[in-house]
Amino acid sequence: MSFALSYNVVLVMIGAGLLGIAAGVTGTFMFLRKRALLSDAVSHATLPGLCGGFIVMVALGGTGRALEGLLIGSTISAALGLWVVQFLKTRTRLTEDAAIGAVLSSFFGLGVVMLTLIQTMSAGQQAGLDHLLLGSTAAMLREDAQIIAAGGALVLCIALILHRPMMLTAFDENFAQSLGLNLRLIDGAAMALILAVTVIGLKIVGLILIVALLIIPSVTARMISNRAHHITPLAGVIGGVSGMVGAGISSLAPDLPTGAIIVLVSSGFFLFALFFAPARGVLASAARARKFQRRVHRRQGLLALAQGYHVHEPYTRKLLQHDGYLRADGVLTERGEDAAKAALRDETRLAYLRRNPVYSEFLSRHDGLSDLSRSFTRDELHHIDRAMETKA
Amino acid sequence: MLKVHRDTRNPDPSSPLAIRGLSVSYGEKPALFSVDLTIAPQSMTAIIGPNGAGKSTLLKAVLGTVPRLAGQVSIFGRALASERHRIAYVPQRASVDWDFPADVRDVVLMGLYRQSGLLRRITRADEAVAEDALARVGMQDFRNRQIGQLSGGQQQRVFLARALAQNADLYLLDEPFAGVDAATETAIIAVLKKLKDAGKTVVAVHHDLSTVADYFDHVVMINTRLIAEGEIGTTFTPKNLQDTYGGRLMTAQIDRLREAGLH
Repeated sequence: MSFALSYNVVLVMIGAGLLGIAAGVTGTFMFLRKRALLSDAVSHATLPGLCGGFIVMVALGGTGRALEGLLIGSTISAALGLWVVQFLKTRTRLTEDAAIGAVLSSFFGLGVVMLTLIQTMSAGQQAGLDHLLLGSTAAMLREDAQIIAAGGALVLCIALILHRPMMLTAFDENFAQSLGLNLRLIDGAAMALILAVTVIGLKIVGLILIVALLIIPSVTARMISNRAHHITPLAGVIGGVSGMVGAGISSLAPDLPTGAIIVLVSSGFFLFALFFAPARGVLASAARARKFQRRVHRRQGLLALAQGYHVHEPYTRKLLQHDGYLRADGVLTERGEDAAKAALRDETRLAYLRRNPVYSEFLSRHDGLSDLSRSFTRDELHHIDRAMETKA
Repeated sequence: MLKVHRDTRNPDPSSPLAIRGLSVSYGEKPALFSVDLTIAPQSMTAIIGPNGAGKSTLLKAVLGTVPRLAGQVSIFGRALASERHRIAYVPQRASVDWDFPADVRDVVLMGLYRQSGLLRRITRADEAVAEDALARVGMQDFRNRQIGQLSGGQQQRVFLARALAQNADLYLLDEPFAGVDAATETAIIAVLKKLKDAGKTVVAVHHDLSTVADYFDHVVMINTRLIAEGEIGTTFTPKNLQDTYGGRLMTAQIDRLREAGLH
């Protein structure tokens, strides 16, 4: 018993991991193309087809539980939903977000009604159908896991082959088109991949939460990395680990909703990245803003003192005292005198550079705040000083 | 009375870009109507006209980015599909999101997409081409810079470098001088003049009338319809400017332009 259980758990974990990788990688394109929410319309639009598939199979005399039949039904209705979004966007004045909202809610509403009808049907085994809303691995069969693994691997391969044109399109669609790339084909392929991930993920993650697995990994990767080439594999890894860990956790107790747990695991990654990501994280940004504020105050204070003004702002005074530039009575120390003089000299040089358009290129190297000696070489500064003298 | 410009000759095969009867519309109002024009080989041509005159649309229609309602486009005497590799396009800088996760080198390498295709790895030769393109626009020190951290002028140079990496024969640029600093403007025009000297053809949508005569040798003046095309000296005249811009251009402005270089 315990051996059988662990075998099943391993199977589910591998399937969920592959699904997570495929979702993370395909979701990255949708995210960078700024169409992430389209995947939400796709996933919600699977429900009527899912129910339709069940009803058709039961009508044909089956139990209505064959995964293949359910997947075919949901693919059809999700594709229809996508088509309606495209139609509304191109043929009416509706924008894509409004079209997504309309399609998502109508299709899902229809699906819920059909699901309720199915519960009242006497034929077929409808128990467990609602698990496809939020995902469950309790009753997963080996064949189900195989379908998921194979589908995930296929989606991943196609996504990797199309990675370059997809990124090109996401960054600059005009340029992509000038190269002869067919945008409709690329966007269509991306949507087909999203659709495939959604359908494959029905069993494990469920249709309501699959969008999270498509978006959260890429958003998390974006917090960490600044380059598309790194974001895609990173999103795959985050999605894959979330899938595996989430499926593992949900197998610990019989009634845990797998999809929700997988999404919570990936949300955990996101939260962590949100706060602790090196450059774009909340903490790093706050620290950077704080540091920048200190530099502004220091510079402003030194410039004021260099021109013989008093510094009244307590924060500035505190900073300058802390740096050893200012005595408690508000008089500059020797070091402070030097620093203030240097700041004033830099400011005069900057004013000269700004007055002369020939230096605009030169000037673009400077952030307008730090010591000029950081942005320019000694020779360059010498040149500026000489030019200023001859002008004067 | 305005004579409708009509060029019924067959497109000259030596012309890098010849257009006959081109009409494009967004909705029911034509953005371009029955435009004929023939770009001279090895020329630097400015496309000028008021806002909404269809300047950018003209370039996009040439590239097939916006659908043509009517008309033909021939590139070096042949159909676009077979000559696409000889065109490099520089879109408007503001048309992309510069917060996209890429560095300068990534963007320039996009110019090599045709060679690298779907799966081929970036080779050292590709790197060398990108490096050379960046050096030509004076951006080699920025190769690893995040594109979002660049100034407007630097972004425009990166776009130009990407086009240079394509090693094309016909360069189509959409407002390459919009919102750039003086140094970048000088640098860009120097690069474009070198392209011309190397036998390439440059066509740029341009908005600054005061520099048209300095930077370009040919001009195309449009306002939905073609108003005039030809060499600067004979075409960039006060009358044509008046016909192109209508009341939007004050006589005083035209006088100033005339002093600035019109004959």
